Formats: sequence, structure tokens, C-alpha cells
Amino acid sequence: MSDIASRVKAIIVEKLGVDENEVTPEASFTNDLGADSLDTVELIMEFEKEFNVAIPDEQAEQIATVGQAIAYLEKNVK
Amino acid sequence: MQLKRVVVTGLGALTPLGNTVPEYWNGLINGVSGAAMITKFDTEKFKTKFACEVKNFNPEDFMDKKEARKVDPFVQYAIAATHEAVVDSGANFEELNTDRIGVIWGAGIGGLKTFLDEISSFAKGDGTPRYNPFFIPKMIIDIAAGHISIKYGLRGPNFATVSACASSNNAIIDAFNYIRLGKADMFITGGSEAIINEAGIGGFNAMHALSTRNDSPETASRPFDLDRDGFVAGEGAGAIILEDLEHAKKRGAKIYAEIVGGGMSADANHITAPHPEGLGARNVMVAALEDAGMTVNDIDYINVHGTSTPLGDISETTAIVNLFGENAYKLNISSTKSMTGHLLGAAGAVEAIASIMAVVNDIVPPTINHFTDDPDIDPKLNLTFNKPQKRVIRAALSNTFGFGGHNTSVIFKKFEE
Repeated sequence: MSDIASRVKAIIVEKLGVDENEVTPEASFTNDLGADSLDTVELIMEFEKEFNVAIPDEQAEQIATVGQAIAYLEKNVK
Repeated sequence: MQLKRVVVTGLGALTPLGNTVPEYWNGLINGVSGAAMITKFDTEKFKTKFACEVKNFNPEDFMDKKEARKVDPFVQYAIAATHEAVVDSGANFEELNTDRIGVIWGAGIGGLKTFLDEISSFAKGDGTPRYNPFFIPKMIIDIAAGHISIKYGLRGPNFATVSACASSNNAIIDAFNYIRLGKADMFITGGSEAIINEAGIGGFNAMHALSTRNDSPETASRPFDLDRDGFVAGEGAGAIILEDLEHAKKRGAKIYAEIVGGGMSADANHITAPHPEGLGARNVMVAALEDAGMTVNDIDYINVHGTSTPLGDISETTAIVNLFGENAYKLNISSTKSMTGHLLGAAGAVEAIASIMAVVNDIVPPTINHFTDDPDIDPKLNLTFNKPQKRVIRAALSNTFGFGGHNTSVIFKKFEE
């Protein structure tokens, strides 16, 4: 697992209060991990803070699963 | 229409004297001070370095970690006190009509810690708004009532009352009135406050409202004493279950006392100073007595607002003497803020609980920290200095006043069929 992936997972475990083994690449924040719309916004903000990136709203809307978050960050974090 | 009778069927308290009603009451009748040096932040640069903090409180005893993180301390306190009151009431919400059970919850300031943290982080940034999405729903005062309703599935009337330090008395009066009018069967009411942080202490210090007796925190809250120098900030929550008497009887509920009157008035004088002759204070006690259909002879105990400020204590005792006449010298008066500090928006609720427990137990909790008489306070008044007093308490009146000139009084009476 990449460094980015493990940091992403740690944030999700912390913020959503879920078990680490639930945080699979396919897991959807809202359907599988119990996030509501505010939780999702908070997660995106935590990713921005952790990786020092700005994720535009239109891109953030496309990030619905753990795997999508990791893929986006791996592509955009320098 | 015939107004319904309303009774108290559950109590919950999270206070600087203890985190349950029995611990709180035990502290009150033993004259314990809840004051100590502030542990919640570094007070080095603050004029006041002490307060009455809630101690040994772990929000995760009442909610999971994820929920605890999303609510301000004033909501954590509300959830904790409410839990105790609901358990105490024996109400099983699955068997009751929850469309007719509501929540009216007061706070004077609300999510000040959340506000402070979010604004501080914005101020430190480059101007890009990066507010947490929970900022607003953590901070707003009504959210405590919202969280309580969600936790228990209560779909009746639901809102917050705000009148500074009178807030939770206003909540109790509203709940009482809605049940009397038949609009609901039952309410969880009360209030909470959590302002012991840099903004709360700094803000009240700027008003010269707080005691600065840093060398003796436990004697700083000394209502009616000549050398009183301001109030001591407190925090916590009080929760009270009010219920239609018939509803309570039907489910075989334990009844602590009956709530029989509520009064509200305004000073219309100054934003923070009390009316010099205590006009609003007098009027509000008149309103509560009239509402209850009682006279001054019927009250045995007044739990005063008595914050330990130079002006407030005089105007309130003046109002009592003016209204009660000779009866003023027969009743017991005490300020439990001498022990708890001033819980601001939660003061009405925790003092209502003190008054209810006094009516139930026939014990008047004391005004501790009395050292020197103030010549401006009538020496014939029994202010229950330093030691509790036993007496039959047929009915107790509890006053709570707030910045803005808001005054509230509630009356609790021994329950009789």
C-alpha cells in the first residue's frame, strides 16, 4: 500500500469512526461507511490539509469511494 | 379551558459539584465549593484564573467518539444530563406517543468553543475560507434540542430559548405552558453552557463581571458578602422532565414535585446592570405568584439569582423585601451560586433542580462564603449563610435573571393529589 493510501485510510478511520478493514478501495463513503453529506465535505477538507492540495468542488463531487480518493491524490499530490 | 397540572418526573445534572443529581445535591447540602484553578486553557495572561469547571467528564460515556467530535461541549453536557433525567423518569419512549413529547433547551451563548476554534483557524490562514462543515451546526444554540430529539426520537415541539442567564428558566416556563395548554404530554427541558475558554473568560473579564480573587477561588463566589467582587464562571447542564400529571399517573411515574407558576419580565433599564430598585425582579416574582394562584405566604424558600456581583445582590434582596413585606423575614433565601458558580444559560435549570430537591427533602442548601455583612442588605433576611437549614418547604421560588434585563421566576410545590 502506498504512503498516500495509508494516510487516506487513517483519516477515514479517524473521521468516520469505522474499522480499518471496512476501508476497502471499493467502499463508498455514503453507502458503506455511514458518512452523510457533511462528513464527506469534512473528509475532503482533511485530505486537502493532510496533502496540502486544493481540491476544486467539481472534482470533489467525483470522489465518492476510498479508491477514488486515493487515485485523485496519487495523481495530484506532488 | 381547564389548564392541565404539570409535574416533575425526572432530573439530570452535570455540575461543578458532581456529575449526577445525587452528587450535586450532596455537594449543595454540604456547602462544597466547585471552584478551582482553570484547567481548560492557559490563564497566564487572564485577570481571572479560576472557575467552577465540570470535573472528570468523558463525553464518550454518553456518545461514540465520532459523535462527540461533531458536537460542542455545551451539547455534550446536554446529552449527559438528559441521559440521567430520562433514565430517572423511567419513561420508555417506545411505548409512548413521541409525537407529543418535545424538547425545549436553553443556553445563553452556545458553541463558543467551536466559534473560537474555527474563527482562530480562519484568522491564522491566508484568507481562504476553510471552515469545517460542522462549524455552524456545532455552534448554534438550538442544536442541543435537535440532538436530544434525534437521540430519543421525540417528534413534539422542539426549540431553544435564549435570554442569557435566564435561558433555561425560560425553557422550563415554555415547557410548563405548552403542557398546561395540552400541546404536548411531556418535555425534556433545561439548559447547558460551556464557556470556560479564552473567549468566555476574556469576554466576561472585559466587562469586569468576574471575581478576580485568584488567591482563594473557593471563597470567591460570596453572594451578599460585603467583599463580593463579581461572579465565578461555571459550566454544566441541568435536565428536567416535565409531564402532564395524568400522563405521569398513567405510566406510574415517580413524581418529585409540581410546577405551579412561571413569571417573565424585563427591566427595560440597562444591558447589563440590574434595575437599582429591583423593579423587574419584583415584577417577575409577582407574575410567578399570580400564575400559581399563590400569595407571598405560600413560599418557604427562594433560590435567588444572587450572582455575587456588587449591584445585583442588592437589587434582588430589595425586591424581595418590597414584595414579601414581613413574610420576607420568615422564608429562607439562598444563592447556590456560592457553590456552583454561575452556570449562565444552565443556571435556571440547575437551580430549579436545587429548588425541587429542597422541596422534596425539606432542606435549604446554604449560601456559603459569608464573612462580613453588607450594610446595604437587610440583616433581618435569612440568607441561609454557611450551613444548610432544615424546614418544611411547601413551595420554592427560583429566580434567574439575564443580561439584557430578562427576568424569570418559577415556582415548585410539594405534590399533593
